[in-house]
Amino acid sequence: MTHRATATIHGWLLLLPAMACLAVFTHWPAVASFIDSFYSTPRARRPARFVGLDNYQQMIADPIFWKAMSNNLWFALGTIPTSIALALLMAVWVNDKIVGRTWVRMAYFTPTILPMIAVANIWLFFFTPQYGLLEQIVGFFGGRSTNWLGSQDTALYAVTIVAIWKEAGFFMIFYLAALQAIPPSLGEAAAIEGASRWTYFRRIQFPLLMPTTLFVLINSVINAFRMVDHIFVMTRGGPDNATTLLLFYIYQVGFSFWDTSYAAALTCILLALLAIVAFVQYGWLERRTHYR
Amino acid sequence: MSGPGLPQPGVVARTDPYAPRGGALTLESVGAILLATIWILPLAYTVWAAIHPPEYTTNFVLAAPLTFENFTRAWAAAPFARYFLNTIVLVTLILCFQLILCTLAAYALARQEFWGRNLAFALILAQLMIMPDALIVENYRTLARVNLVDTITAIALPYIASAFGIFLLRQTFKTVPKELDDAARVEGANPLQVLMKVYVPLAKPTYIAYGLVSVSYHWNNFLWPLLITNSVEARPLTVGLQIFSSSDQGIDWAVICAATLMTSAPLLVAFLLFQRQFVQSFMRAGIK
Repeated sequence: MTHRATATIHGWLLLLPAMACLAVFTHWPAVASFIDSFYSTPRARRPARFVGLDNYQQMIADPIFWKAMSNNLWFALGTIPTSIALALLMAVWVNDKIVGRTWVRMAYFTPTILPMIAVANIWLFFFTPQYGLLEQIVGFFGGRSTNWLGSQDTALYAVTIVAIWKEAGFFMIFYLAALQAIPPSLGEAAAIEGASRWTYFRRIQFPLLMPTTLFVLINSVINAFRMVDHIFVMTRGGPDNATTLLLFYIYQVGFSFWDTSYAAALTCILLALLAIVAFVQYGWLERRTHYR
Repeated sequence: MSGPGLPQPGVVARTDPYAPRGGALTLESVGAILLATIWILPLAYTVWAAIHPPEYTTNFVLAAPLTFENFTRAWAAAPFARYFLNTIVLVTLILCFQLILCTLAAYALARQEFWGRNLAFALILAQLMIMPDALIVENYRTLARVNLVDTITAIALPYIASAFGIFLLRQTFKTVPKELDDAARVEGANPLQVLMKVYVPLAKPTYIAYGLVSVSYHWNNFLWPLLITNSVEARPLTVGLQIFSSSDQGIDWAVICAATLMTSAPLLVAFLLFQRQFVQSFMRAGIK
């Protein structure tokens, strides 16, 4: 056997276990979702049959789907810029020799390692009407009583705040690592030129942080479609679907209504959205990002 | 804000000219500590409610008596011992398989020249975007077909091939000097021996980093375990906690806080003890 053939066999043998698992639990389910979305849901007496675009037509006519999409959009718009800005601010602060630096860094990072499902319980209590913490604080200052999680106007904000709180400290550490990697000579040179601290940040630090910002941005976009754990505890999608996010809706359709074909069609939409993110990342942002 | 001080001539030690001093530093410290206080408040509150009797849950007086009863009540009200065991088995199972599968695949991608390598790498990276959470419906059907629903194995299976782990280890293996590899081969070592004797020991920091990230991720994971389990025998802590706190306990916040704290305690304690390693691991895992 030639050396090349041996290398190919060795290579694929090493890859085999991982590739087999990926094929069964990532590649195949993605393809299967696409196929199943063109079939009806099999029921006890009626096997699945080809229905063409019926599931997608149902989707277009489904107000809850559109509600979930718009909720997810607002959830993403609410979490992504705020958590990135906070992460950057936290990193700049923790990078300076501030008082209580170790403690501050720990406080920022702690939410990252706590289970979302557990902290959602705490936030649930925070937002609870009448005897919840927020109520008591608002009441102390003579404010009006609000059912934060029970009102359509505020419930989505409440779950957005929890998401920001959970991920800002996680993103902070990437900015912190990047800030520490900036050579001190740049700061010295800028100081000799007489640049103000703001100019130094805007013209030197921030551009050098762009690869990190890109990385954090991609992660936060994916998270915006993935973070649903707290919805289970805090609102279960309510009130009246005001906090139903796309993945939560897939869960409801697939595992509460057991309409697996419609859930497959919804999964395809989610996968398409994630594919767009990937496309934007590799095709567009990579080229516009400054690399050292 | 005071302007940046120019570097003093003759001073050898390098100081950051943009590091805030005096009033600016005080202002920054106050802002940072204020935000940190807000950030830690939910956890601090949980600790408060968990270690005080229920009548002090929203009554913050320093004289409140301490109690351990909330923990004992929570522990008695649900099979938490079993949930703990399930979670420990689960994270161990996932981590062991992940380490084996990722090491083999990463080695092939980093150091073997073979036909189809780039295609394989692209197929693996696809999982970074299509996370297993998005495929819950089809993965459930697959596991139902092979009768694995409601087992710990079923919770673990979709996660044991980790694109993230493969990518991370591949980057690390690529930094191992080729000379070490060649030297080992000249000594007569076969590819697997080279992997175990040369690459794996040199990648130890990456293994630690990946291990910490993996364990914290799966300790905290909720959606998939919720769907695929329906008995006490298979349920991990997160699902157990959710069922516990959404049942008739609904009103007793002190007990729920105790249960919440119990669930997070192992990771939290590990984090407080090995803070530096945790932060560096998450950093390392993200930068690669």
